Amino acid sequence: MNFNPEQIRALLTAIDPSFSSLSEEELAGLVDRPTAPRSPDSPISRWQDRIIQQLIPQKGSVLDLGCGDGQLLAGLMTTKQVRGQGVELDPQAVMQCVSRGVPVFQSDLDAGLKGFADQSFDYVVLEETMQTLRQPLDVLREMLRVGRRGIVSFPNFGFWQVRLDLALRGAMPVTHCLPYRWYDTPNIHLFSLDDFLGCLPQIHATVLESHVLAAEGIRSLQPNDNIFAQEVLCVLSARD
Amino acid sequence: MSDSASAPVPRRPGGDPPDSPGSVGMTCARTLQLATGQNPFALEMGGSVGPIHVEYETYGELSPGRDNVILITHALSGDAHVAGWDADAKKTGRLWRLKHPGWWDDIVGPGKAIDTSRYFVLCANFLGSCYGTTGPMSDNPATGRPYGLSFPVVTVGDWVQLQARLLDALGIDRVHTVVGGSLGGQQALEWALAFPHRVERAIVLAASPRLSAQGLAFNAVGRQAIMKDPHFHDGDYYAIAQPNHGLAVARMMAHITYLSEEGMHEKFGRRRRRQQRSGFGVEFEVESYLDHQGRSFVERFDANSYLYITRAMDYYDAAAKWGQGDLVQACRRIRSQVMVVSFSSDWLYTPAQCREFALALCRAHKPVTYVNVPSRFGHDAFLVENQTVGHLLHHFLKTPPPGSS
Repeated sequence: MNFNPEQIRALLTAIDPSFSSLSEEELAGLVDRPTAPRSPDSPISRWQDRIIQQLIPQKGSVLDLGCGDGQLLAGLMTTKQVRGQGVELDPQAVMQCVSRGVPVFQSDLDAGLKGFADQSFDYVVLEETMQTLRQPLDVLREMLRVGRRGIVSFPNFGFWQVRLDLALRGAMPVTHCLPYRWYDTPNIHLFSLDDFLGCLPQIHATVLESHVLAAEGIRSLQPNDNIFAQEVLCVLSARD
Repeated sequence: MSDSASAPVPRRPGGDPPDSPGSVGMTCARTLQLATGQNPFALEMGGSVGPIHVEYETYGELSPGRDNVILITHALSGDAHVAGWDADAKKTGRLWRLKHPGWWDDIVGPGKAIDTSRYFVLCANFLGSCYGTTGPMSDNPATGRPYGLSFPVVTVGDWVQLQARLLDALGIDRVHTVVGGSLGGQQALEWALAFPHRVERAIVLAASPRLSAQGLAFNAVGRQAIMKDPHFHDGDYYAIAQPNHGLAVARMMAHITYLSEEGMHEKFGRRRRRQQRSGFGVEFEVESYLDHQGRSFVERFDANSYLYITRAMDYYDAAAKWGQGDLVQACRRIRSQVMVVSFSSDWLYTPAQCREFALALCRAHKPVTYVNVPSRFGHDAFLVENQTVGHLLHHFLKTPPPGSS
């Protein structure tokens, strides 16, 4: 790295003043952090699932868009007796859903939720998928048509480590939450927490509650989280 | 696809010999009388038939709780001989069965996707067919001669009602799963609609709740080929020669709808059997294939049955029958776990039609599994893509019954 610690401190302090009090060791640690993808077994992995487990009421109904291997729905169907329905495109993930006994509808989300009835689910979940969609706003609109509530989670490209990566290395960021390289990432629409909140008026949506993954763990959204949140989960509803 | 460790191994085409561990072995069909002349079976379109004999086969053991029944519903040209080798093929004159095991032998057998060491598997030949169940070639008790076109019109609904009567006779109340492809898939759907509390799981392969206009058109031309054959004699041909030419043409044309453009190109291309041109005889390999399909079909099928069965296929419309034209309303009746499987190159029951059916289940607040299997084998894929279909069946059969979660 060609930057000296004081230059890095200046950069970070420009992002947020609280960084000015970091020691040199702390600064060095930030720059040389490991970039390996986190393992699915690590305690912060699928933190969104635990929040969603708490949010969904007994015997509710949940449509999980991009449901992957069906783990979230399988859990909700067992513990909360929900009416669960997954939507997934990947054939291997679809087969895993079938083997878990999770009802799965094989479909491309960008093809839309056409055919799903208005307000036919209590919750429509879009976990870590929005940044992979061609038309994310259309899918968000459809979520709030089909569901009474939407639950959206996404990586925050405004997170300070992401900014630092691009600034210092001049390369596309690779972090625990963004474990891909530029050429193999499924993420085609990169956005920050502020970008997301800024688009909500366009789709007449409002945030009911938010949770973030930050350095200190899982907590509620705070004002500076466009800088400090790695991942965000928002519960949305249509604005009256 | 995934989870290959626990899933059954696909079998090579041609089938397992009867003494191999994956085969159900030598099979004997049974016949049961389910209606009499005095107490005939009433039909959906009016009229009745009696007596009715139904030919069926079973594999595996019925569990003490009678909760392991898998009902297989066969397609247009299918029969009750699903798996294994017919011990009575010579006796009944069904000589083609000496060369081939049952039509779903790759899927049904000990350790296979539909595991006969675990499930009691049952399949019955449907009414109007020509494989042992009463149909147009059976004797009309009123005349002592074959019914021919005096056989009444039968429907998919009649087939399902008669299968239910067979289950009653065997002391089976609920089925673990009903599964079928194509016209068999429509019976599986009809089962879930007509007997919601008797079906725990329904698997519909390569079928939709009704045939498209294009499908109706192909059936119409097939029937015309048969009826315009000089040997047809208004269906009263049993004492003379069969309308083989018309039946063969009907089968050839139907076979085109079972393949895909891509699959045909790959299998035959523009290859010729002979180098030089020979007028209008069979010259291209694809012609030869269709010619063979037509010829072998007339050895094993009855032309009148073909008329009756394609008409049943035309008439079936689940939305009209159970939802006053509204498929979603019809689907609200269903209490089974449902899996719908389409095949990407199927242009008879297209992925779009299958998807629409699956969406109707969603709209009716029913859980549904819908899978579109990539395949170049067209409609036939449901009998060809055995590895994928086998995996899907193997896993879906373990889905908890409705109301258990």
